[in-house]
Amino acid sequence: MSALTDDTLPMTPRAMRDEMIVFAVMAALLAVVPFTGVYPFFVMQALCFALLACAFNLLIGYGGLLSFGHAMFLGTAGYVSAHALKVWGLSPELGIVVGTAAAALLGLVTGYISIKRQGIYFSMITLALSQLLYFLYLQAPFTHGEDGIQGIPQGHLLGIFDLSKPIVLYYVVLVGFLAGFLLIYRTINSPFGEVLKSIRENEPRAISLGYKTDQYKLLAFILSGTLAGFAGSLKVFVAQNASLTDVHWSMSGEIVLMTLVGGLGTIFGPVVGAFVIIAMQQYLAGFGQWVTVIQGVIFVACVLLFRRGLVGELAHLLRRSL
Amino acid sequence: MQALYAQLLVGLINGSFYALLSLGLAVIFGMLNIINFAHGALYMMGAFVAYFLLNLGGINYWWALLIAPVIVGIFGMILERTMLQWLAGLDHLYGLLLTFGIALIVQGVFQNYFGSSGLPYSIPDQLKGGVNLGFMFLPIYRGWVVIFSLVVCLATWFLIEKTQLGAYLRAATENPTLVRAFGINVPRMITLTYGLGVGLAALAGVLSAPINQVRPLMGADLIIVVFAVVVIGGMGSIMGSIITGFALGVIEGLTKYFYPEASNTVVFVLMVVVLLVKPTGLTGRAA
Repeated sequence: MSALTDDTLPMTPRAMRDEMIVFAVMAALLAVVPFTGVYPFFVMQALCFALLACAFNLLIGYGGLLSFGHAMFLGTAGYVSAHALKVWGLSPELGIVVGTAAAALLGLVTGYISIKRQGIYFSMITLALSQLLYFLYLQAPFTHGEDGIQGIPQGHLLGIFDLSKPIVLYYVVLVGFLAGFLLIYRTINSPFGEVLKSIRENEPRAISLGYKTDQYKLLAFILSGTLAGFAGSLKVFVAQNASLTDVHWSMSGEIVLMTLVGGLGTIFGPVVGAFVIIAMQQYLAGFGQWVTVIQGVIFVACVLLFRRGLVGELAHLLRRSL
Repeated sequence: MQALYAQLLVGLINGSFYALLSLGLAVIFGMLNIINFAHGALYMMGAFVAYFLLNLGGINYWWALLIAPVIVGIFGMILERTMLQWLAGLDHLYGLLLTFGIALIVQGVFQNYFGSSGLPYSIPDQLKGGVNLGFMFLPIYRGWVVIFSLVVCLATWFLIEKTQLGAYLRAATENPTLVRAFGINVPRMITLTYGLGVGLAALAGVLSAPINQVRPLMGADLIIVVFAVVVIGGMGSIMGSIITGFALGVIEGLTKYFYPEASNTVVFVLMVVVLLVKPTGLTGRAA
């Protein structure tokens, strides 16, 4: 059995330096986007999905756990935030907190259930749980079924930042994304992250070394779900709606695809993958169902031809950690 | 009471499909170590092939029951030869991702040409009408689906557990290298196994065509329920898959009668309960 990724080398100061440089370049590039004439809405949407894919990657890339139900965190946090903002009239910061907390709670419950089994069963369980939630949201009155929650007020963050101004919203989303990204980066390079990698490589051995792997897996699952939920809450301010598409299995598939295209187990891969897939959807929107077919072809091509993904191949070529 | 029996029958029919599909998944998983996410798409293809055979070739239901699984089975074997075989030795997850991609392609292509609405497929003349059993009215076609599925399931069980070919198959599942050393062509057996599993899915598709109509996404949601069935029953035992499939169908039918709001979710809820009470699944073998 070959491992999913090949970054089994210990973290060297050089790798750390490389990654910080790339991070600085990425942050700088994203910071100047509003002045380049690129459609900010597109970038905001891509940033939300990039954070979502990074959160997903924390599980698959570093813990070896393929969750096929990550849309449930996106959708749950979205619905809860949207409901809190629109019906309860909470302020934006509280709306985000409530939505993210809901995702964390969901992560605790679904994580506890799904880590009962390993490998392929874990994937099937997460998929089934997200489908369970899909049907619950379809029937629950507060989600407004097929219509979704629409016309969500954006309000003033902390009473100061007017989120209805695209440029303000852009920087708020960017700061949220960078904070989430750094948290994941820190987690990967912490002692906790090292144990997680050991579980990915050989769980029985990690157990025999005395690690309670179930606790590590559960914690990673909750963290991943919480950050995915945070991305979902941010997305509510960008899209101003919360709908069933965000909880559907095809959304979970797209999250997997973004990470796969960018590179499983790479630090920047999910970000690149998210931008590629969102851009593709934007440009191919007129082709209807062919977009699904193209996504399927990309899946097949990635698995058969370049399993390292875009960033993974590049890192391999440059012999750097990215 | 009439309504209860009717829902029980619907449950048995859904159970037939769960059993046929989870059986195929288990057989494929045993030999290829792959969870075939394309199973739902291939089930849909079975129904579409039957539809084409009838409307373009004038070939009736009975022949479709034989031809559609063969055509889809050959399609599956081509997939196995051209793509799936290259995943041997890689992490199981890649098989799931690859077959998910295949499912998206197949479903997307059909959606392009046929939209999302259903195409009608009429019940064959011989199976039209119904009989009054005294306590309920039984549409003949529905009874036929249940009985025929049961026969196919048991035949598959017999093939794998009681014949020479099945013995090779089980041996190759345990230790392919050793079986190859005895001069048995294991790669060909893997291809045929995939074809068999896919053929069972296509057969279920043909059976469901007159009941559920022929739709491009008919397998997309079904496969997720079947995954839950597989988690509950485990993939270690053929008979376990069959019994779990039928049992869950019946439970779903009963839920439709007693508490219809939960009929979509009851299988998933049961999965959660089983995982909490007996994490290894009902047939007991660890993953």
